[in-house]
Amino acid sequence: MPALSHLANAALSGVLTGTVYGLMALGLSAIFGVIRLVNFAHGELMTLAMYVAVVVFQGLALDPFLTMIGAAAAFGALGYVLQRGFINRYVGRPEHSQMLLMIALAMIIGNALLLGFGPDARNVQTSYQLDSFELGPMLLDKVRVYAAGAAVVATALLAAFFRLTLTGKAIRACADNPLGARVAGLPVAHLYAVTFGLGAASVAVAGCAMVPLIDVTPGLGPGYTLLAFVIVILGGLGSMVGALLGGVVIGVSEALAGVLIAPSAKSMVSFGLLVLILLARPQGLMGATRR
Amino acid sequence: MGSVTRRQFGVAAAGTLALSALPRRLRAETGKLKVGLLLPRSGLQALIGQSCQKGADVAPELLKQRLGVDVELMNADTESNVDTARSRAERVIEQGANVLVGAFDSGHTSAIAQVAEQRGVPLVVNVAAAPQITEQGYKFVFRNFPPAPEIGRNGLVLLGDIFREAKVEPKTAVFMHVNDTFGQSMAKGVAALLPKVSLPFKLLDTIPYDPAAKDLNVEVSRAKATNAELLLLVCRLNDAIVLRREMVKQRWSPMGVVSPGSPGLYEEQFSKGLGKYADYCITNTVWFNPKNEITHAFAAAFKKRFPKDEFAFHAINASYTFDALLIAADAFKRAKTTDRKALADAIRQTNIPATDRVTFGGPIKFNAKGQVEGDASMVIQNLKGKPTVVLPKEYSEGKLVFPMPKAG
Amino acid sequence: MTLMAGKLIGAPGQRRRRALIGGVAVIALTLPFIASSYVLSVVTLALYLAYVGQAWNVMMGFAGQLSLGHSLYVGLGAYASAGLFFHYGIGPWAGVWLAVVLCAGAGAFIGFLAFRMRVSGVQLSLLTVAFAELARIGFDHIERLGGPGGLFLRVADRSRIDLLGFRGPPAMYYYAILALVAGALGLCSFLLHRRAGYYWRAIREDEVAAASLGIDVFRWKMRAVVLSSAMTAVAGVFFAFYYNSLFPEQIFSFGRSIEIVLGPVIGGVGTLVGPIVGAGAVVLLGDGTTEILNRLGFDVPGAKQVVHGLLLLLVTIYMPNGLWPPLARALGFGPRKV
Repeated sequence: MPALSHLANAALSGVLTGTVYGLMALGLSAIFGVIRLVNFAHGELMTLAMYVAVVVFQGLALDPFLTMIGAAAAFGALGYVLQRGFINRYVGRPEHSQMLLMIALAMIIGNALLLGFGPDARNVQTSYQLDSFELGPMLLDKVRVYAAGAAVVATALLAAFFRLTLTGKAIRACADNPLGARVAGLPVAHLYAVTFGLGAASVAVAGCAMVPLIDVTPGLGPGYTLLAFVIVILGGLGSMVGALLGGVVIGVSEALAGVLIAPSAKSMVSFGLLVLILLARPQGLMGATRR
Repeated sequence: MGSVTRRQFGVAAAGTLALSALPRRLRAETGKLKVGLLLPRSGLQALIGQSCQKGADVAPELLKQRLGVDVELMNADTESNVDTARSRAERVIEQGANVLVGAFDSGHTSAIAQVAEQRGVPLVVNVAAAPQITEQGYKFVFRNFPPAPEIGRNGLVLLGDIFREAKVEPKTAVFMHVNDTFGQSMAKGVAALLPKVSLPFKLLDTIPYDPAAKDLNVEVSRAKATNAELLLLVCRLNDAIVLRREMVKQRWSPMGVVSPGSPGLYEEQFSKGLGKYADYCITNTVWFNPKNEITHAFAAAFKKRFPKDEFAFHAINASYTFDALLIAADAFKRAKTTDRKALADAIRQTNIPATDRVTFGGPIKFNAKGQVEGDASMVIQNLKGKPTVVLPKEYSEGKLVFPMPKAG
Repeated sequence: MTLMAGKLIGAPGQRRRRALIGGVAVIALTLPFIASSYVLSVVTLALYLAYVGQAWNVMMGFAGQLSLGHSLYVGLGAYASAGLFFHYGIGPWAGVWLAVVLCAGAGAFIGFLAFRMRVSGVQLSLLTVAFAELARIGFDHIERLGGPGGLFLRVADRSRIDLLGFRGPPAMYYYAILALVAGALGLCSFLLHRRAGYYWRAIREDEVAAASLGIDVFRWKMRAVVLSSAMTAVAGVFFAFYYNSLFPEQIFSFGRSIEIVLGPVIGGVGTLVGPIVGAGAVVLLGDGTTEILNRLGFDVPGAKQVVHGLLLLLVTIYMPNGLWPPLARALGFGPRKV
């Protein structure tokens, strides 16, 4: 039986890692939860954001945590345009149709990245990248702490947006009742586009936070897409806090499973949790009960 | 085949001139060897496939110089996908490939081998480690690359050499391995061998981890908790980077990080991504033979064609791919025909001396199963950001540093 | 969603239809004699995708459930039959029964969980993905079946035909998969015209209304799922004995599940012929792109996938119901509105 401090350290690390996962899933929670778009290109968008962070770092020597702000703005605008101009037609279509569209996009983005950047792994080298904070007997990875901080801030901002601002409330209305929203005269297409933009912006933030931790290669996409969907379902569609919470749950349970059982099977835990949640509480941990 | 003597060259030149006077059809039959080169140049294994391709790109010119043989490469991308591997193999055969070379991934190689066997086209495997590939009783499949268990065995034995050379022996070790095809067969080999080979350390824990893991915090902390003096590691590139970073973050500095034969530690991105923390990591693996003249010629040609690439980072992939083409060309030279069966028979009779191959090992001779035996490993240590041969002593390019100096 | 009925519109239409079907049948039956080995291997791949697509289509087209984890059944079927062969020398004709039973059981289990717990839509799709991933990681840890190192089946002489061991030249595999595709087509067509077909269509159109008519929705959805998984199991057996090596990472992968879905979605979900047409289109687009790029001398890795993705995108945008409905109309098969 491993020492308690070991377990505690693992759990704490799991929390930190989990918040970064949650950050990645935030965008999908908004996109999927509100627009109900099965965004199979989510992981590729994140990979793209990571490459942007690398390029900016190499060109302007800008720390990814600073790049975050610019990247969020850029991706937000891009997302708005993409949704409004193109994806919007697919919103009402059957799921398999949406899925195919996004898969095709994912294929294009992923392989374009391969063509453009080559298969080599790219990374950033920040000065604090390999440092750790000491907390008694426990060591906390600095980058993860910063990333977790960014995740919490982003979640808070998004949650506040959806709960407190007029646009946010309007978007939630669209999510709850698209037909009613239209009847009420809400500019649904615009609102969807805003949501997609916000989703894309969160993905950009996540990518910038992730790149000091993991080298980016063109093939990262599908793994992240899957993870994001699991977290979103776990946490509850459309709930920002739920995404963060879902990420933390996954992070901690994987960490503990790694310590207590075999590390090579720790991914089974996330999928096992997914199955449990889908059967026991399909709306997710923080999701509202739907009919 | 040794290097070409002047007389041999003269004969070959005269022959070529005579042949070029022949009608085109006859000339095509004996002039050129068409090699179907099947590599994963896109998809998940793109990095390795492209590395192999670089070794191949340099080959035709060099083979023409040294053997007087015309080799035409028919490049095909398996796209890291077994269905594509199979249909591409069929396609290049249809387009007239006389011999196939490929394909890195054991699953793809197995599928291509079946096609090759079925169509009677010889396949020379450049890199693929699953032992089963040469256990199927194929008559047309040949491999000059040691199966994973053999690599693991050689790697473990070399550990003893490291300790002897450094005059330091770790008392305890922890073994971490990636849970994929290669990692698992290496792990099995290590587990079977450790009791037989007399190594001074006690193995405290074995920790398998998921190759797709984005975070190895738990695994590394578990390994650190054993307080082992030596880390034995079987990994791939991406997880090697994450793992080494994690070690630094968790402030774990064992005596050494040694791989008994997996990729990762000696690769370019590892050194680039980890900077000074990549140094002193050791891999016991197959490699090129730094003393052979043909290796120097190959390295020079590689450098000329790819000036931005450091040859040492492509050592294994490029060298083994080149040697596979060398085998094909050498057989063609002896068979004097592009007839597939004759080529296969010629390949079976291959006997290239140890000094005439780029990769390190004994003479290239195929046993009854089509496997070359005696490909040995060397101790490769990252020194000043470059993988350097440190043992065996007679081939060393640099001095072994063990134990690892504390990082940071 | 209209189902292709293939009933006659008028005498000339019937003659043309018969001629077309006859022509396709003749080409299909004589392909190994008239086409090169390469073309044969590509068509075999297309037929394999067509078959798994048809099997998947039963669950989606008939029961309206989008499964994104169908690679689970392929893998289970493959490992079941391969394991029996590897350890006990039991040939595929017996092994296929174990495969079918196992997969039907797995399908029933997942179906039960899903339908009893009222999981549907994307949640259901993710549930199927979860099970496939669990299998992937799980099988990576089963040493007896090779683990991540893979299970390699001993390959005997492939020039003779050994029907019992399902070994032989590529032509044998081609005919086998052709028979499977034809069989699946026949089976689905048969079922659609029976009570089962009407019930399934009713459930797919409006579950609540169907239930109110007295149709046992749960039971019929379960039947669709079980049938779909059982059919897919056979594909797994074929895969195991065609490729002779199995790796959990590859056979249970999410990518494979997506690959299974591409054919029917491009060809037309819920149609009889859609999966076949779709699989053919996907393979044609893929290999065709490679050929064209090679001819143009464009030796850039990754370019083919980008073009492939673009083509998929175009099909999705301009033919949202799949390729088959407009193709059928053009060929004069005229979809019959149900």
